[in-house]
Amino acid sequence: MKEIFESTLEKLLADQVTLDLVKASEEQGWMEPLWDLLQSSGFSLAAAPEESGGTGLGWEELNGVIELCGRFCLPLPLPESILSNWLLGACGLQGLNCAVSFAAENSLQWDGKLLSGSVRQVPWGRYVDKLVTVVGSESPVVVVLEPNSAASSSLSTNLAGESRDDFIFENYLPIDSSALPSNLDSQVLLKGGAMLRSAQIIGALEELLRVSAEYGNERVQFGKPITKFQVVQHQLAVVAENVAAARVSVQAAFEESGSAFPTLQLMAAKICTSDAASVGASTAHAVHGAIGFTQEYSLHPLTRRLWSWRSEYGSATYWSKLLGKSICEMGSEALWPTITSGDLNV
Amino acid sequence: MGFDAKFSQKLGARGWIGMALPKKYGGSDADAFSRYVVIEELLAAGAPVSAHWFADRQSGPLILRYGTEEQKESYLPAICRGESYFCIGMSEPNSGSDLASIRSNAKKVGDKWVLNGQKVWTTNAHHSHYMIALVRTSESESRHGGMSQFIIDLSLPGVEVRPIKDLTGAEHFNEVFFDNVELPDEALAGSEGQGWHQVTAELAFERSGPERFLSSMALLKVMIDEVGQYPDAYQAKEIGRLTARLLTLRNMSLSVTRQLNAGANPAWSASCVKDFGVGFEQEIPEIAQSILETLPSTQGGNDYSKVLAYLTQQAPSFSLRGGTREILRGIIARGLGLR
Repeated sequence: MKEIFESTLEKLLADQVTLDLVKASEEQGWMEPLWDLLQSSGFSLAAAPEESGGTGLGWEELNGVIELCGRFCLPLPLPESILSNWLLGACGLQGLNCAVSFAAENSLQWDGKLLSGSVRQVPWGRYVDKLVTVVGSESPVVVVLEPNSAASSSLSTNLAGESRDDFIFENYLPIDSSALPSNLDSQVLLKGGAMLRSAQIIGALEELLRVSAEYGNERVQFGKPITKFQVVQHQLAVVAENVAAARVSVQAAFEESGSAFPTLQLMAAKICTSDAASVGASTAHAVHGAIGFTQEYSLHPLTRRLWSWRSEYGSATYWSKLLGKSICEMGSEALWPTITSGDLNV
Repeated sequence: MGFDAKFSQKLGARGWIGMALPKKYGGSDADAFSRYVVIEELLAAGAPVSAHWFADRQSGPLILRYGTEEQKESYLPAICRGESYFCIGMSEPNSGSDLASIRSNAKKVGDKWVLNGQKVWTTNAHHSHYMIALVRTSESESRHGGMSQFIIDLSLPGVEVRPIKDLTGAEHFNEVFFDNVELPDEALAGSEGQGWHQVTAELAFERSGPERFLSSMALLKVMIDEVGQYPDAYQAKEIGRLTARLLTLRNMSLSVTRQLNAGANPAWSASCVKDFGVGFEQEIPEIAQSILETLPSTQGGNDYSKVLAYLTQQAPSFSLRGGTREILRGIIARGLGLR
């Protein structure tokens, strides 16, 4: 199933997601025909269990799918829909066969059955039909909201021109809600978001490394391809080893994900991928020279996404501080057992 | 990594050396992962494992893979008992990163080989019974041809071992001279002329093991003790980031072990582990001196001062041993199709 999903999506994205389409999405917004194609192929419901109307794929099986979204710079909320539907399924709710996104941050408060407050940084929020978020930290509840019914909105984009929108709801009756299962905590969407971005970063970085090597092998200066210079080889080698490390960290995070996300592995994944994104983007631009700095050349959709995604759902610094704090709290004797068992409760 | 022959013999008695070797040669027929668990716990605990380290990691597997039945029966059981120690003869005074330029040579005279030349930076040669050395055995058109490996008994006439003090004053590595050393034909390890191929396969073991990221573990632990339970933001960030990279390096190393176990030669992945691991290990003393105001000290001071002093001075060697940073990045670049 994993292979079929990946190869089908790869073909579809290779065929559809051109540089022109990515640019058009920045200028004109929602790419409706492509979304319809993705939705009708069942990708957005992949992680919801069968009884919720999904395919019931596990995270380990979806790792490659999320990476493909990063590799092709897909300007649509497929990763977000997959995570949202997974969470709905985990709460026993029906998966949503529409464009759905999520908010990891909100200030929503209950007043009886009604909600008031803001939801922030919703990917593609202005275009999706529904969004999912978790309300409250003591006894958290998953709710489904309609951005169209918000009292007001504040629309924005990240560096790559992907929408990241805020909405304010006033005395709003959620269209669906359910208590979060006890194995998940109120940070589940922050963690899930970090997982998605880690995998998207890896997909983008592998493409970045491929195009940088390809360009360097073709670009001739001083009478030879610039990759024949050791200084260029070694810069790309450093990117490659950072990508290799980041890839292993993402694989571990997806492999260990079941009904909940593995805290230690996902922290490591977001830290290693965010660091690798910084190294990769700056070296790729150095190798490409001025042409890579132009809008018409296809490097910036990758690098501008890397610069955005490394900061979303916790930067390397955010997760490092949290991890370092708990390592210090547990003391030095717990360090090695924590590494080998992979168990960390924060 | 300390040297303690008694400790090595005790480990051997437990069956914890040469674990992955077959039972009939004194091993345990264990899989690569059982061995991995044992060696990483030994390293994480800072155990003095240097006496048998090279034999367990490289020489034993090399003899098993390329050796004759007689060689296996003669060398492997003593390795497994923790009684027989090996060192690795690669570098020479004029051949460091450019290993293929070695000039030590063995010439066939009758049914013997006569060995002449010099090896240098040979860790533990002064404590070892044998060296597995790469030497030239014939002229070759190819740069990588004409080399062979020999198992050299270091007690033979004509062998001289001289320790070299490192910058801390300690004696770990040596220069080793060969003056008309007569080796029996059985000293040849593997096939004549296949030395380069054998050595590069061996280096994948040397470059990917847990010692490539656990050398600085002791400093990371005392750093956590010294910082205490309530780190400031900068301390928390640096310790967290190191922890994330430690976890990831271990996963990378396990992945290479998986490939070695399946009989592959993961030279590219092993080079990534080594170079990324070196970056991590050399960063630890730098971070340690930046997050606390404690001075490093070789005399007196607390554990933190001492471990910081020791690793600050050891750190430069991390990117020399097992292949320099430049050589490893060259291997990685070749894998990317840049060379």
